[in-house]
Amino acid sequence: MVDRLFREERGRAVATLIRILGDFDLAEDAVQEAFVQALRTWPERGLPDNPGAWITTTARNRAIDRLRRDRSLREKTETMTQLAELERLGGDETDVSAIPDDRLRLIFTCCHPALAMDARVALTLKTLGGLTTAEIARAFLVAETTMAQRLVRAKRKIRSAAIPYRVPPPELLPERTPGVLAVLYLVFNEGYAATSGPLVRLELCDEAIRLARIVAALMPDEPEAPGLLALMLLQHSRRETRVSASGVLVLLEDQDRARWDHDMIDEGLATLDRVLELRRPGSYQIQAAIAALHARAPRPEDTDWPQIAALYERLAERSPSPVIELNRAVAVAMADGPERGLPLVEAQAAQLDDYHLFHSARAELLRRLGRNDEALLAYRRALELSTNESVRAFLEHRIAELTG
Amino acid sequence: MQYMLLIYGDETSLMDASPEDQATGAQAWVDYTQWLKDEGGHVAGDALHPTASATTLRFDADGKTLTTDGPFAETKEQLGGYYLLECDDLDQAIAAASRMPLRGGSVEIRPVAQFDAEGKPRMP
Repeated sequence: MVDRLFREERGRAVATLIRILGDFDLAEDAVQEAFVQALRTWPERGLPDNPGAWITTTARNRAIDRLRRDRSLREKTETMTQLAELERLGGDETDVSAIPDDRLRLIFTCCHPALAMDARVALTLKTLGGLTTAEIARAFLVAETTMAQRLVRAKRKIRSAAIPYRVPPPELLPERTPGVLAVLYLVFNEGYAATSGPLVRLELCDEAIRLARIVAALMPDEPEAPGLLALMLLQHSRRETRVSASGVLVLLEDQDRARWDHDMIDEGLATLDRVLELRRPGSYQIQAAIAALHARAPRPEDTDWPQIAALYERLAERSPSPVIELNRAVAVAMADGPERGLPLVEAQAAQLDDYHLFHSARAELLRRLGRNDEALLAYRRALELSTNESVRAFLEHRIAELTG
Repeated sequence: MQYMLLIYGDETSLMDASPEDQATGAQAWVDYTQWLKDEGGHVAGDALHPTASATTLRFDADGKTLTTDGPFAETKEQLGGYYLLECDDLDQAIAAASRMPLRGGSVEIRPVAQFDAEGKPRMP
């Protein structure tokens, strides 16, 4: 309980302390000490009225102690300035609204293009998300020491190369914002693509959504931020139905739509409708609009496939890719029949021969056309290429049906 | 905070360019250098002769040297020049580097390490 609430609220304190101290580790340590104190006092004395303010104030006090104790720092003018600014943060534990929200700076620094992609992801989850190094390592299937090294190196580079701690100026924003959103979407997909894995994967989705909410709230002029949030909400609303009780992938058309998370769908649809009114479309908004058409269909046969095909076409105009073409081909097959979709799918054969979804989509259409022998070969090829256990179980099922 | 901008490119394509293209290219670099001096934090900068003019000294474990003809490593892109800039942060250095009149090639941006009088590294 303390754990969850603390995680929700700690990001602001970390971000503000990094701004003042210019030091990720010192800031994180101070917030960690505040957490230890919360574990001791919250269960005993009850939750503070404003946990966010409590964490910021307590961590601030720990940082002040640290700066005063440390002889090598104490005499420096830099330390004096930092102390003065820490003290200005406000002494009571009730009001955090007076303290500027520094989380947007933090995320832009963590997602700076001068850092490697895996470092951006790790750093964002660690500092802003508050996942532990062990949790991040588990989620990305690397050893904890490897992940710790990655974090150390990233922080060292921020320092030695002087990656600025700020929201980029307006002229840089169009270039930098997509990078931030891409990190969040990567975190989400990492959780989403491995539905059968341990729970920590679902936690990645939750974390990505939480961070997208923050970015969307802090960047009111960026329509793609709520676009991405809506996309994640609409996809995540199906989490309970994407895999059967026995761990087999369930296709969209076979999912029990009553078990979709309808609160999450409502929030996703409302978020999308609001941002579409701005009439500044982008790739995430279009993808969210596609997800919305699925969410709005009470039964699979109610799905507006022609509209979905048209949206994939618009998406392809923006960012041409064989995977988008594949999705468009499947939508065309659903709208106009498998005989119309199959040639469009097969047109991507050269680019997507190593992609399991290409082969399973092709297999599905061949099966619907009654070309079972060819379908079987394509399912087998898809099975060779896929690693996710739920997907493999689904493909094995299909193969058994066709050979049985 | 100082940054070294190391400019790499394919030197053969440069030498193969027509005299007119070489002249416009040279003028573009003169203009760029002037811009750096006016508002880009220019500290120093030079172009280097092609790697055919390079001499490499190799040191063995005892510090003995072997002098050889040619660059340190045969690569597709060679170090062709550098600038040393004084900037507030990496974004400023990136902004300055991105205005270089390059068509192809790459620029490596390296922060310059600083040491105090006793030789201890000074962190920014």
